[in-house]
Amino acid sequence: MSTRTVNHRAWWLVAPVVVLVAFNALIPMMTVVNYSFQETFGDNVFFFEGFKWYEQVLTSERFHASFVRQIIFTGVILAIEIPLGVAIALTMPRRGPWVSVCLVLMALPLLIPWNVVGAMWNIFALPEIGLLGRTVNAMGIAYNFTQDPASAWITTVVMDVWHWTSLVVLLAYAGLCSIPDAYYQAAKIDGASAWAVFRHIELPKMKRVLTIAILLRFMDSFMIYTEPFVLTGGGPGNTTTFLSIDLVKAALGQFDLGPAAAMSLVYFLIVLLVCYVFFTAVMRGEER
Amino acid sequence: MRSFKWVAPLLYIVFLMLPIYWLLNMSFKTTNEILGAFSLWPQDFTLENYKKIFTDSTWYTGYINSLTYVVINTVISVTAALPAAYAFSRYQFLGDKHLFFWLLTNRMAPPAVFALPFFQLYSAMNLFDTHIAVALAHCLFNIPLAVWILEGFMSAVPKELDETAYVDGYSFPRFFVKIFIPTITAGIGVTAFFCFMFSWVELLLAKNLTSVAAKPIAATMTRTASTAGYELGLLAAAGTLTIVPGAFVIYFVRHYIAKGFALGRV
Repeated sequence: MSTRTVNHRAWWLVAPVVVLVAFNALIPMMTVVNYSFQETFGDNVFFFEGFKWYEQVLTSERFHASFVRQIIFTGVILAIEIPLGVAIALTMPRRGPWVSVCLVLMALPLLIPWNVVGAMWNIFALPEIGLLGRTVNAMGIAYNFTQDPASAWITTVVMDVWHWTSLVVLLAYAGLCSIPDAYYQAAKIDGASAWAVFRHIELPKMKRVLTIAILLRFMDSFMIYTEPFVLTGGGPGNTTTFLSIDLVKAALGQFDLGPAAAMSLVYFLIVLLVCYVFFTAVMRGEER
Repeated sequence: MRSFKWVAPLLYIVFLMLPIYWLLNMSFKTTNEILGAFSLWPQDFTLENYKKIFTDSTWYTGYINSLTYVVINTVISVTAALPAAYAFSRYQFLGDKHLFFWLLTNRMAPPAVFALPFFQLYSAMNLFDTHIAVALAHCLFNIPLAVWILEGFMSAVPKELDETAYVDGYSFPRFFVKIFIPTITAGIGVTAFFCFMFSWVELLLAKNLTSVAAKPIAATMTRTASTAGYELGLLAAAGTLTIVPGAFVIYFVRHYIAKGFALGRV
């Protein structure tokens, strides 16, 4: 990084990006900020309300409930997908014709539109017509994700594991591929155990890509909307209503602009804060 | 021990393929068969569902609309991100680190937050229900991602390349187009893959910014589900077809995926 030359005219090179992103980010963000401080009864008449909506959101049990649900969901997702993805990347072939086959098949779920993922899992898991639902019930386990909260949760988690673990696999695999063969040979000569190879060679080489994987999985699972919405509609009851689903319900369903806007900003700030803390922690770790 | 290593990836791939197989299986059944009897493969094999999609314009225009805005978005994102990524990888300038983090924060913004203001913004600009509106809206998360990925690839290219070219009398634009871009084609491929992917799969914003003229296929599916009862066979066929463009794109970049990820910083 330090070899970069100082050149303030480089701003011209970043200008198109800044304009495009600012247009999409700043104007809508200002609209949201505006709404979050005002009350409206329609007809574009607004009254300034100060922090009323923020107080309302931060003290509402509904927000707390979906927030806790979101935290648990994201925690479970990270705890499953990161180790599973690394494990699969470690066992994948490094060369030969199977590499392409594995990569293409594994990347497939990543390119399916999110509502199709939800719809696909819906028909896959339905107790009457779905392969999964039918099989599980045939094994004598009562399973019905449209009525039973536990089934709904498990289905949502398994769906997300199905959908996104491949991203972790691809990133971890890329990290592994960048390890020169000489490292493995040296480890073999030293008689290192498989665990030692993983701990001292593979894990350090994957550190950077894993950081990105964790960050991406955190952000995306924290914003998850379409897949659970299509799969369960946030139900049964509110048991799978995550933050985004709750937010869209408030903003577009009930048209409570003020509270929805305040909730949006609180939500965004939480994501930002977590990413910032994570980012600086990683940067510090790298400097050492 | 070593010879059984392939079991894990194999099981994982089987797990990945099962729901896709089920969707495919249903797409070749009539709705009556789906609801009537449970079978592992179509008993009464039919292509009617696919025929309907390819002949009914409300269906196939959905695919054209989706592909149109996805391609526009990928082109805009990559084109705008190229010079910016170059600036971040080669120069130090006022506020560069803050700018980079600010760009990334937009990748972190939940689309749900933007659904309503985007609708108002693009309506006010008379762009509501156009392909360009969705393409521009998706720039919000694709441009930061494109800059991030490309910056990694560009930083892996030694600076001597630039210096030699300038000594040889190349101007910046000529060097950039003639020499620099060809050396990072793998990076551009990977970036385009990601832009395509995130624009193709996103629905919340795409659905909110369109009504008829630019309606994405995924939205056609949800609306049909509610209006025409529950035509499961048709929905399954439509769903299967949404997988096809993605599969094509993966196939073309399959060599870059492994190499690309490793070369770049991602």
